[in-house]
Amino acid sequence: MTIEATVDGTVVRWRDRKRYLWVIGAIVPLVPVGAWGLHALTGSTAAWYFGPFFVFVVVPVVDLVVGRDGENPPDEVLEQLEDDRYYRWVTYAFVPAQVAGLVWGAYLLGGGTLPGVDDPLGVAAKVGLALSLGMVAGIGINTAHELGHKKVEHERWFARAALAQTFYGHFFIEHNRGHHVRVATPEDPASGRLGETVWEFMPRTVVGSLRSAWDLERKRFARLKTSHWSIRNDVLNAWAFSIVLWGGLTIAFGWQILPYLVLQAVAGIWLLESVNYLEHYGMRRQRLESGRYERVNPSHSWNSNNIGTNVLLYHLQRHSDHHANPTRRYQALRDFKEAPVLPTGYAGMIVLSWVPQIWRSVMDRRVIDHFDGDLSLANVHPRTAERYERRYAA
Amino acid sequence: MSSFVCPGCGYVYDEAQGDPREGWPAGTPFADIDADWACPDCGVREQVDFLPVTSTPSPGGAS
Repeated sequence: MTIEATVDGTVVRWRDRKRYLWVIGAIVPLVPVGAWGLHALTGSTAAWYFGPFFVFVVVPVVDLVVGRDGENPPDEVLEQLEDDRYYRWVTYAFVPAQVAGLVWGAYLLGGGTLPGVDDPLGVAAKVGLALSLGMVAGIGINTAHELGHKKVEHERWFARAALAQTFYGHFFIEHNRGHHVRVATPEDPASGRLGETVWEFMPRTVVGSLRSAWDLERKRFARLKTSHWSIRNDVLNAWAFSIVLWGGLTIAFGWQILPYLVLQAVAGIWLLESVNYLEHYGMRRQRLESGRYERVNPSHSWNSNNIGTNVLLYHLQRHSDHHANPTRRYQALRDFKEAPVLPTGYAGMIVLSWVPQIWRSVMDRRVIDHFDGDLSLANVHPRTAERYERRYAA
Repeated sequence: MSSFVCPGCGYVYDEAQGDPREGWPAGTPFADIDADWACPDCGVREQVDFLPVTSTPSPGGAS
């Protein structure tokens, strides 16, 4: 489908070549069902681990093989592109598919049987299934991210529903009102620091983001001069979705599923926070004379045009434009030529982050080069600051 | 009563209506709002960055 805009008598035409690829995002929640298919075909327990295999092997390979797409929609058609409702329906479709997939998984975790699954799953199979559900949960946080940024109230409620699976409802408050305000500063718990390992980053971001979300709502209620212990507190009403979902699943399929629900939530949160780690790794906004930080600009986020991850994460990797225009819809996000670029897509970069030595060997030089060798401009982790100063002293 | 617009995303703070959800009741002058209050829609720009809306806004909020 080609869109057309006429500006000053000139007709601008543009065709979105990714238009129908976005549907893949809505199919992702069915990845664990794919694991069932594989298991039915092979009888193998390993088949239940298809979810992590998909995210950490299939997607990175697709990114490497299919390559990059740096095409931008022309400015003239952006508004029309954003208003095309097809794109938002693709994201809405994710949410019911996600919930249905989780209910289906919980049935199996509770000892249910299906064609090809004659006996209740053993522990190894259940762990695999929970990790596969966790991959969906993590990608679901990204869908919630797309929805939670929008000005339309019902999309913000869909975001809460997509976050229910991971008990991460506070994310859309902290992310929109905390992370976006403090991004690429030492004060932001959700921006990775130069020299910080992903394993150190995890507790810092999880605890820091929770605290930040709560403080943001507490401050808002202080202005309202009422107690923040209210269902109108967005942290609490978002968590209520999780209580209903997890409670319902536990009643339906037994308390035995609870450890696996926790496991899939941890896997999902860890996937999302890994992305947080790499999106702004080492980047820092400089302080102005007024004491404020400079405005967020394209140089403060890592970008990637790798198609595989981009389709899966609704252009999240066009991260600089997202931070410049957080309410802009995914299909209209653009690649900025001046923004720093990762060597591959987010999915492959997450794999690299598992071994900090490999991560540092790939990324640290790129951060230093980004600041033209001036380490003092980077967001350096205090623990490693001295070592880095010795190593990278100009 | 005046209105002020977020230069990033087009959110409009209208003093007559305030933004009760944010804790600014109708009639709260923009000058009384915290300088570090971030735009409730985009979070990118803060109170000090907002621009006065010169004409009374007639078209609905096109985003």
